[in-house]
Amino acid sequence: MQVRVFVTPRKGILDPQGRAVESSLQSLGFKNVSGVKVGKYILLEVEARTASEARDEAKKMCEALLANPVIEDYRFEVDGE
Amino acid sequence: MSERPVSIPGEPKVDLEQARAHGLAPDEYRKIEQTIGRTPTYTELGVFSVMWSEHCSYKSSRRHLRKLPSKSELVVQGPGENAGAIDVGDGWAAVFKIESHNHPSFVEPYQGAATGVGGILRDIFTMGARPVASMNSLKFGSFEHPRTRYLLGGVVGGIGGYGNCVGVPTVAGEVMFDAAYNANILVNAFCLGLVRKGEMMSAKARGPGNPVLYVGSATGRDGIHGASMASAEFDKESEAKRPAVQVGDPFTEKLLIEACLEAGKTGAIVAIQDMGAAGLTSSSSEMASHGGLGIELDLDKVPLREAGLTPYEILLSESQERMLIVAERGREAELQAVFEKWDLHAVVIGHVTEDQRWRTRWRGQVVADIPIGALADDAPIYDRPAAAPKIQPQTKPAIAAKHPETAKAIRALLDSPNIASKKWVYRQYDSIVQSNTVLGPGSDGAVLRIKNSRRAIALKVDSNPRACALDPYLGAVGTVCEAARNVACAGARPVGITNCLNYGNPERPEVMWQFIRGVEGLRDASIAFGAPVVSGNVSFYNETEGHPIPPTPTIAVLGVMIDVAKHVTQFFKNPGDVIALVRTAAPSIAASEYAAIFGIDGGRLGAIDLAREAALVEGLVEGAEQGLIKSAHDIAEGGLAVALAEACFNPRAILGAEVELGRAGNADAVVFFGEGASTVVLSIAKRDAARVESLFAGRGLEFAVIGRVTAEPRLKIGAAAGLDEDVAELQRIYEDAIPRRLRGGD
Repeated sequence: MQVRVFVTPRKGILDPQGRAVESSLQSLGFKNVSGVKVGKYILLEVEARTASEARDEAKKMCEALLANPVIEDYRFEVDGE
Repeated sequence: MSERPVSIPGEPKVDLEQARAHGLAPDEYRKIEQTIGRTPTYTELGVFSVMWSEHCSYKSSRRHLRKLPSKSELVVQGPGENAGAIDVGDGWAAVFKIESHNHPSFVEPYQGAATGVGGILRDIFTMGARPVASMNSLKFGSFEHPRTRYLLGGVVGGIGGYGNCVGVPTVAGEVMFDAAYNANILVNAFCLGLVRKGEMMSAKARGPGNPVLYVGSATGRDGIHGASMASAEFDKESEAKRPAVQVGDPFTEKLLIEACLEAGKTGAIVAIQDMGAAGLTSSSSEMASHGGLGIELDLDKVPLREAGLTPYEILLSESQERMLIVAERGREAELQAVFEKWDLHAVVIGHVTEDQRWRTRWRGQVVADIPIGALADDAPIYDRPAAAPKIQPQTKPAIAAKHPETAKAIRALLDSPNIASKKWVYRQYDSIVQSNTVLGPGSDGAVLRIKNSRRAIALKVDSNPRACALDPYLGAVGTVCEAARNVACAGARPVGITNCLNYGNPERPEVMWQFIRGVEGLRDASIAFGAPVVSGNVSFYNETEGHPIPPTPTIAVLGVMIDVAKHVTQFFKNPGDVIALVRTAAPSIAASEYAAIFGIDGGRLGAIDLAREAALVEGLVEGAEQGLIKSAHDIAEGGLAVALAEACFNPRAILGAEVELGRAGNADAVVFFGEGASTVVLSIAKRDAARVESLFAGRGLEFAVIGRVTAEPRLKIGAAAGLDEDVAELQRIYEDAIPRRLRGGD
């Protein structure tokens, strides 16, 4: 079952990468851009009988490795949900 | 004429309960009400809670720190500014300091360590000095503890990530693993910068009417109450109530370094201070109080990263890479142009006042108005009760029931992460950027040249918590001696000290007693070496659920050598050279790595004769200056046998050693592996041996030729029952101990 995980900097946390991208965009002339945040997108194939089982597994993986809950938020989508 | 500060709609009510939630004691809350003559606003309460926290006010330590010597002919700046400074000759002053970032590094190791490096860098370039070298002292839990590998990887990654990006070399450090730090790791970061004497900048505000400029990153909700957090013990709850973690941005820091140093050259800066713990609040109130003046800030002018921050949040934010500047009136534009050039903004957010009040406005109204003294010198100071613990550590001599075989013991010692090569750690650090590093990590002390000068500086950071746990006074004395000796082994004369005093909860009399004894030890040793303590930091509350760390004073020593070409490394150089021992006392097993590995508790530390310690240092420096010493290696963890092995691990080509220890020395664990005594292993060209002997014997020190360096890479110590090992094999154990554990080998 495919699980798509989105990891983003926690709200209120400084995101130096997002800030660098934002200022580069602006210097390229995209003056209308602001609030840029850079995170990561992770695709997983999880063996599971039901979507909710895949969801439980994915949550454990996020807490253990994929996200750093101290500075990152995460959410995910499971196939068939 | 004074406006009464207003509360902001929606803010919590201020009362004793709220004060307690902010970590203020009932007496402290009453003192606040008395000082300002009314109930504080919520904003003011937040301000008091950080400024009166242990971290900012040094309320438990201040009266004891006064005992430390801070003067010598070479001191350019003692305690009281952002860092201390020592004259290192040829018109240069070295500005240096060490500081803790223990609590943040435990919560988020990468960012905690990174922002620790960033913070100490700012303390240095704030003084107008260009940062040229960093060091660190790290303490982790035992390698077997499940969090240790994660914390080690994060902290080392964070130091490397920040230090390497910002372009300041990490030239030396120490790493220790001990179960006593399982729940409280220590991350102490040191930085040294160089400035032309007379071009130093100050944090003292002058000139009422002068504008206050805000420079650097915008303010977000980072690390609000970080200072208060560092002033409380950890418990299960603090994991949950942790604030937004500070995230470092080394590229902005690099811009700040260049911009601030360039702005300093304009002469338009009256005072400058970084926004560290308690951010805008502490930087502005400290600058004003140092100058005996007041300050008024308009919070609507402060650049914000996100909308909707309250005055409380703006004032307490610990967003990184921010500086506060008092400029000469009328020259704002000049400074702003410099900062614009470096892609940074300098914004006028207030001005210096005459009335010695710290006043802030928000949306046209006063939200805080506090006498400046209440945030600085009039903050509470405590004379906390101190008492030696009722149960003293065992003081019977530490003797193992059964010593392991010598060959087994040296292998176990070289395989201990506390002795083994730290290459895995320091290869992640750029140790040569700026091209001043003459001797980097891996030898006793680091050596840096001073460009366009023959002079060089040597640096070393040390700590010895096991000895401090047995005797907090002698442990501290011994730590200073060790750092000074290491600098002297490199050929430099110790001239200045900075310290980071890591202890448990000062409200416990036993901890306070440890702290006071530690300060006294530091004082006595500092006087003996004529090396004053010019800067430092205290970190209390390093305990979790009632278990404090062992007393851990971390000492960094600055040494100066007249001629960089005369520096000495710890490695044997040429076969045929004689190996000699010079020492001030007899070794002991107490508090040694040998004792820790083979389960020997307690023991008594040997007395330390500071006059002899100073004589040893002088002898080493003189020997190096006369070019008589080919290598010098301080005996530390693992004792003589390990020191000899390490001296054989010459990175150019390994060598061997043949050593006789006399009848008493054969296979005696104390002689082989004992520590504690100030002992140095030297190698000397045969023809110079007599001259070196007179150098030390003339100072009343014990000097003995014990063997010779051999081309054949075998380490032979003592007779039949002694040791005869392949150096390459020993080196393999030494090099692989940490990588093997990280690979998951046992």
